[in-house]
Amino acid sequence: MANLEIDFCGIKSPNPFWLASAPPSNSAYQVQKAFEQGWGGAVWKTIGAPVLNVCNRYGTIDYKGSKIIGLNNVELISDRPLEVNLKEIAETKRNFPNHAVIASVMVESTKQAWQDIVKRVEETGADGFELNFGCPHGMSERGMGAAMGQVPEYTCMVTEWVMDVATKPVIVKLTPNVTDIVQPARAAVKGRASAVSLINTINSIIGVDLDTFEIRPNVGGKGGHGGYAGPAVKPIALHLLSAVASDPEIQKAKMPISGMGGVETWRDALEFILLGATSVQVCTAVMHYGFRIVEDMIDGLSNWMDERGYTSIDQLIGKSVHRISSFGDFDLGFQTVARVDPAKCIQCNLCFIACNDAAHQCIDMKDLKFKGEPNERPYPVVREEDCVGCDLCSTVCPVDDCISMVEINTGRPHITWNELVKTKPEVLEWDSMEEYRKHAKIHIH
Amino acid sequence: MAEHYKPVKYKAWEMTLKERFQEFYPPLSEREAITEANRCLYCYDAPCLTACPTHIDIPTFIKKIATGNVKGSAKTILESNLMGATCARVCPVQELCEGACVLNDEHKPIAIGRLQRYATDYAIQRDFKFFKKGKPNGKKVAVIGAGPAGLSCAGELAKQGFDVTCYEKKPLAGGLDTYGIVVFREPIEVSLREVKMIEDLGVNIKTNVEIGKDIKLEELVDQYDAVFISIGLGAVPQMEIPGENIPGVLDGLEFIEETKTMPLDQIKFGKRVAVIGAGNTAIDAATISRRLGAERVMMVYRRSEAEMPAYHFEYEFALGEGVSFMFLTQPIAVIGDKQVEGLKCVRMDLGEPDASGRRAPVPIPNSEFVIDCDMVIKAIGQKKYTGFMDALAKLGIGSVKGYIKIDLKTNRTDHPKIFAGGDCVRSQGEASTVMAVQDGKIAAQAITAQLVGEAAKKQPVSASVR
Ligand SMILES: Cc1cc2nc3c(=O)[nH]c(=O)nc-3n(C[C@H](O)[C@H](O)[C@H](O)COP(=O)(O)OP(=O)(O)OC[C@H]3O[C@@H](n4cnc5c(N)ncnc54)[C@H](O)[C@@H]3O)c2cc1C
Ligand SMILES: Cc1cc2nc3c(=O)[nH]c(=O)nc-3n(C[C@H](O)[C@H](O)[C@H](O)COP(=O)(O)O)c2cc1C
Ligand code: SF4
Repeated sequence: MANLEIDFCGIKSPNPFWLASAPPSNSAYQVQKAFEQGWGGAVWKTIGAPVLNVCNRYGTIDYKGSKIIGLNNVELISDRPLEVNLKEIAETKRNFPNHAVIASVMVESTKQAWQDIVKRVEETGADGFELNFGCPHGMSERGMGAAMGQVPEYTCMVTEWVMDVATKPVIVKLTPNVTDIVQPARAAVKGRASAVSLINTINSIIGVDLDTFEIRPNVGGKGGHGGYAGPAVKPIALHLLSAVASDPEIQKAKMPISGMGGVETWRDALEFILLGATSVQVCTAVMHYGFRIVEDMIDGLSNWMDERGYTSIDQLIGKSVHRISSFGDFDLGFQTVARVDPAKCIQCNLCFIACNDAAHQCIDMKDLKFKGEPNERPYPVVREEDCVGCDLCSTVCPVDDCISMVEINTGRPHITWNELVKTKPEVLEWDSMEEYRKHAKIHIH
Repeated sequence: MAEHYKPVKYKAWEMTLKERFQEFYPPLSEREAITEANRCLYCYDAPCLTACPTHIDIPTFIKKIATGNVKGSAKTILESNLMGATCARVCPVQELCEGACVLNDEHKPIAIGRLQRYATDYAIQRDFKFFKKGKPNGKKVAVIGAGPAGLSCAGELAKQGFDVTCYEKKPLAGGLDTYGIVVFREPIEVSLREVKMIEDLGVNIKTNVEIGKDIKLEELVDQYDAVFISIGLGAVPQMEIPGENIPGVLDGLEFIEETKTMPLDQIKFGKRVAVIGAGNTAIDAATISRRLGAERVMMVYRRSEAEMPAYHFEYEFALGEGVSFMFLTQPIAVIGDKQVEGLKCVRMDLGEPDASGRRAPVPIPNSEFVIDCDMVIKAIGQKKYTGFMDALAKLGIGSVKGYIKIDLKTNRTDHPKIFAGGDCVRSQGEASTVMAVQDGKIAAQAITAQLVGEAAKKQPVSASVR
């Protein structure tokens, strides 16, 4: 069996699966139960400033019969007394010396407050800190959480305060509620942080009740923005992770990244690892199903690694990062066309209507007489010379491997947009663009 | 590569003989399996897991199909039930796991059996080996009878490091899974692959050896540290009616066995077949007759629909296959000279409850009539091995209604070295493959506890975290 152990800037963990700082990591009872079931580490529910919570703090999106594809919350940081949390963190670390126990902290923005809490947490024996600069509601209005994380200068400043007194590794947790996540990540580097983690939750309102006009989640008749998490945020999290992981400054700093946002299965986790995460954190999936999901995360990942001959997580971290590119560097000569396999086609014609109404009108319904049955219905057939290879039809097709995008060679030059505008800046005018297209055999109808 | 939707021919008469004996349910395609797996709620403390006699961790194995960890899924199944591929096909799931599914009230239950088949087939096709022979512990165990009970016990013991020899009187191991389950529920290859898996664990299976004839039971008891008896039940008993030995009167089990082991076009079947009985064997014999080409198949049963031992889904299946049922009808003689020509019966009424608690059938005077038929298949249960039971009695082992008496927690008999399980101990409850497998597991645990000690005893019964 593959070795799943990781070393996260000195924090050792038997596997890359950690509980995210959230309700599942709220107490010693929960975290120890999670470790017993296989979780490699836990970032304790954020501790620090005193708070009060509200009821009906969650709202969810169900999609066509599936529960909780997205979960929004207006929960604050831990509402248990600081003393109790510190005692339980110490107990948990004592009982599980080989697991990663990380304390998430958030206090008001004074040097004194931050340095005090760091010192108190160090006494618990916890393996490290996560600075919560991400909570998007409640705390941010009090000048904490996202209010810190959204201003790179503040992120840097607080990180420096912490680094001045911390002896254990410090992870800066980034908020996704910014225009460019690279800026706060660089601020963390500048503040000498040991690592970053992302993403915290995304500002959101779940919905409106059509009978009462109330907002969801509905706190006694009122609602407001809360933090969005769960499977629906995964693509956003992957993008933000890849933006950080591919940034040259972050790469130069060799900072490990803890990835999260929508992880539910070993497959999701593996995608985060391939895009640069060393550890992967989970909250919503545990809230939905319980700690037991980790058994398949471990089993599925190690089976996958065994089948492909990987023996350690290190061999996978960031394996896809070098493929992160940008539009200007894509090959304009890469061309594909859609091909429908009539043997697999069930004639739902979703591809036809998608192409006809929302793409380039290049699928025809033809009497193929494929099976030779009487009254055989027509089949969708792609007019390949008109197909722009956009991929819409294959994404709507409900049958696996029925529509494939086939690479073809039309003799178009292999050139990127950046190269093109460098060598032929005139294409920025429509007339020259038309001319270039003719020359490059690019037909658009 | 995904499998794709294939048109299914449902009407038997539109199929070739070979097609008619293909597995009745086609395998799930990848998409079907994933869609169905995602429908599972992944209940906590799930009732399906409790309802499965071997306590397979069903929500976990289904979740693993959903996440694409099909290999892990198969392992989860086989950890609790080495005959998982057979059970996926033959278990009366409506009565067990699927019957307990919480979605029964809400929607429709998850197709647990078919998902289990998907995962175990996946593992078989890729020849995954999940378990290894344990470190030898120096103890020897003999298993008598290589049906599901014996194989399960032998396999679990081998995993614990026992040196296991399994004696089987038939040419092939697998018991009724090999010889008795109709092919369109389970092809013989599935059972034989399970046999191979047990052999790969280091179990020595000696076929064509009958204990009590070729080797004495006492010898085994002397030579081995423990003996597990899993001989199942015997042939179909005599009906004790005139004409029973006329050519054309068949033993239902032998008839089914032919369809498992002989080329289909060489099997003799009647044009008009009367099947006597209304249990699993009777249903199987009747549906096979239809699929072989019999024009009329009548099931003759002396009690009513309410008392018939077959499961309701089997009854429905037989009706769908065009089998007709004659309830409250008692055969009293087979008619014919050189060949069966008819079955003479008398009509019955239901009277007071009998010893079995079911209302006793009583003949209606002067109601005799003859069913025209050219073949009679008797399927009225299985005989107990009385000779073997006598040998056991000599060793001081007690019996219950002709079955071997055991302690239900350990499957130990009255003799400290002798354990037993499967159909030969089933004096109560349903005789089924999955119960036999569980007996084997319980006995293996008890034997391990007795011979090796407590420390090594527990087998994983649910998801284990490595
Ligand atoms: C026709 C039919 C259909 C069935 N269908 C189903 C079904 O769909 N689902 C289900 O769950 N159950 C079904 N059952 C029941 C199921 O097959 C049995 O409950 C199960 O096989 C019992 O397992 P076992 O190991 O106890 O016995 P068996 O499977 O009977 O195996 C006993 C083995 O011991 C061998 N043996 C006997 N005596 C000796 C000896 N003296 N020395 C050496 N070897 C010996 C036999 O040859 C045999 O191989 C069916 C049974 C029948 C008869
Ligand atoms: C109910 C709830 C409470 C949370 N509380 C905290 C918190 O106290 N501190 C923190 O850093 N993140 C908190 N988070 C954010 C999570 O740690 C995590 O970043 C986010 O949920 C994305 O992961 P997921 O998609 O696996 O849920 C919370 C999330 C949820 C859903
Ligand atoms: S999950 Fe527990 S705490 Fe929350 S509302 Fe339900 S019962 Fe109450």
